[in-house]
Amino acid sequence: MADDKSNAAAYWKANVRLIAGCLVVWAFVSYGCAILFRPLLAGIPVGGTDLGFWFAQQGSILTFIVLIFFYAWKMNKLDEKFGLGE
Amino acid sequence: MSQFAINLLFVGASFALYIGIAVWARAGSTKDFYVAGGGVHPITNGMATAADWMSAASFISMAGLLASGGYANSSFLMGWTGGYVILAMLLAPYLRKFGKFTVPDFIGDRFYSNTARLVAVICLVVASVTYVIGQMTGAGVAFSRFLEVSNTWGIWIAAFIVFLYAVFGGMKGITYTQVAQYVVLIIAYTIPAVFIAMQLTGNPIPMFGMFSTHTESGLPLLTKLNTVLNELGFRDYTADVDNKLNMVLFTLSLMVGTAGLPHVIIRFFTVPKVADARWSAGWALVFIALLYLTAPAVASMARLNLMTTVYPQAAGQVENYEEAMDNALVYEERPEWIRTWEETGLITFTDLNNDGRVQLYNDGNEDFADTAEARGWEGSELNVNNDILVLANPEIANLPPWVIGLIAAGGIAAALSTAAGLLLAISSAISHDLIKTMINPKISEKGEMLAARISMGGAILLATYLGLNPPGFAAQTVALAFGIAGASLFPALMMGIFSKRMNSKGAIAGMLAGLLCTLLYIFTYLGWLFIPGTNMLANTAENWVLGVSPLSFGAVGAMINFAVAFAVSSATEEPPQAIQDLVESVRSPKGAGMAVDH
Repeated sequence: MADDKSNAAAYWKANVRLIAGCLVVWAFVSYGCAILFRPLLAGIPVGGTDLGFWFAQQGSILTFIVLIFFYAWKMNKLDEKFGLGE
Repeated sequence: MSQFAINLLFVGASFALYIGIAVWARAGSTKDFYVAGGGVHPITNGMATAADWMSAASFISMAGLLASGGYANSSFLMGWTGGYVILAMLLAPYLRKFGKFTVPDFIGDRFYSNTARLVAVICLVVASVTYVIGQMTGAGVAFSRFLEVSNTWGIWIAAFIVFLYAVFGGMKGITYTQVAQYVVLIIAYTIPAVFIAMQLTGNPIPMFGMFSTHTESGLPLLTKLNTVLNELGFRDYTADVDNKLNMVLFTLSLMVGTAGLPHVIIRFFTVPKVADARWSAGWALVFIALLYLTAPAVASMARLNLMTTVYPQAAGQVENYEEAMDNALVYEERPEWIRTWEETGLITFTDLNNDGRVQLYNDGNEDFADTAEARGWEGSELNVNNDILVLANPEIANLPPWVIGLIAAGGIAAALSTAAGLLLAISSAISHDLIKTMINPKISEKGEMLAARISMGGAILLATYLGLNPPGFAAQTVALAFGIAGASLFPALMMGIFSKRMNSKGAIAGMLAGLLCTLLYIFTYLGWLFIPGTNMLANTAENWVLGVSPLSFGAVGAMINFAVAFAVSSATEEPPQAIQDLVESVRSPKGAGMAVDH
């Protein structure tokens, strides 16, 4: 029982760490590149405008997709590692 | 065949398909009715979620919003997709593991309180009902434009079709019709976009075409668009915004609102396993992105198309724009699509300077007033409603009549699929949470099914009534639905999973604080219950606290919710051991297959 508990706690800790990492990227591309840091990226041209505009209209959406699949894939590995899969 | 007959054929065929699915997927048990039996494949569910999510607003209005606002309206794109990242990581897998049927189910059980359950039911019903009004009116517009029936008949037909498959099929019928509706709407959206991208840039993929070269002028498409807009006194399409705080908060409000909307969350209860809920969120976003990556391309291209329709000479390699501006479109020679849409009143023209030509420019720009005067312009003469961009696309691009029929079926599919999802969320909250859990726990399975169907029927009647008599605040309801979902439901759900220490007092205080602050802020600027004239401050940027618009306040409301909940919770007792065990159990994916029913 105690083992089960510490196992579950370790699993949860790993999950929270993974989520935190993914959300940093999530915030960086949308709130960062697309909004707040857009003036800093103004020098990088993309198809007639700048990189920040691309992130706001396409880049962040593409990154979001990659993030969810990355998370799902990583979590499957964690489920297996901690013996909590179905 | 006339255009009317073609439209009728496409819309009729799509309805026959939905009804066929409804007959095939009748719900036999409450589990079928609430969660489609719980055995939906993650990719199937992803597709159904995409249709559930993409409403009449996404299909019809979003491209128009982007076209008129340019970069500044990118918030809609990021907000309505980024919400799926937090949904996939912070809510969906754990709520699936919890294994019950509704969102208030979780809030009531986790916070061991029927008060919390009731607050959740109220938030859910208000958010979903406000949201469903837009779907009914959207379906009404599509019907009246394409099928030449009155708006009223359009709404009744839409209500009847939804009634057929939602009341008999429940979640099971809704799931499979949503899959069909997704296919219809994505094809309808993509085909005209591909043709327009081909015409303007030679690139058949709209999302790439948007960032490539405009064939006629040889300039990058967005550069060309910026130049033409500048010549007419408009801001650059790609211009940055000054109020970044507001843009950040607006995007965040849309994200947490998306993650907290019950009709989206309950879709994830239909997959077999916790891992499937995670994959399914990814697939949902893939299917959503197919439309959301095309929309900004449609927006920029349609804006350029509109400008070069009015100023035909501005399209090519122009040295001096003055000449192009003088040779604006002669009104009598206007293209057919302008005539068609003038009949609906969504395009209007007044020849202010009586020159027989159409002028379209930014007459609100004081710096541009001298230029306009020098050109003999006396005001912008063409008024184009944002909502027609997508619907008029096939006509603007001269596509064959069947594409228009497809757009008609697509617009109606987008409205119906979202309406059905919302109606299910409302009816399950009433029959399951209110009747089964709180009023009459002894109700039989059959009795609960009947209650679910009756409340679904009642919800459809209410939605129809509100669609026919839209309250004056219909346009503001987005702020309300997202504000409520984001400021009350999302934080409560998240804390219920991520904080073992959170107790019922904290959660209830947090939900109420978030909800009331958000309502207060919205009503201060938009009027009490949106009644015009009752607002205490004018809804202008100068009056907003720190420049935060009422539409952006959901994120602030969510923060208030978190802060109040933690403060109250840490000052009061720990939740009982059984609840802490419940939290442990939702955190672990093991055994989700067994945790069903009661």
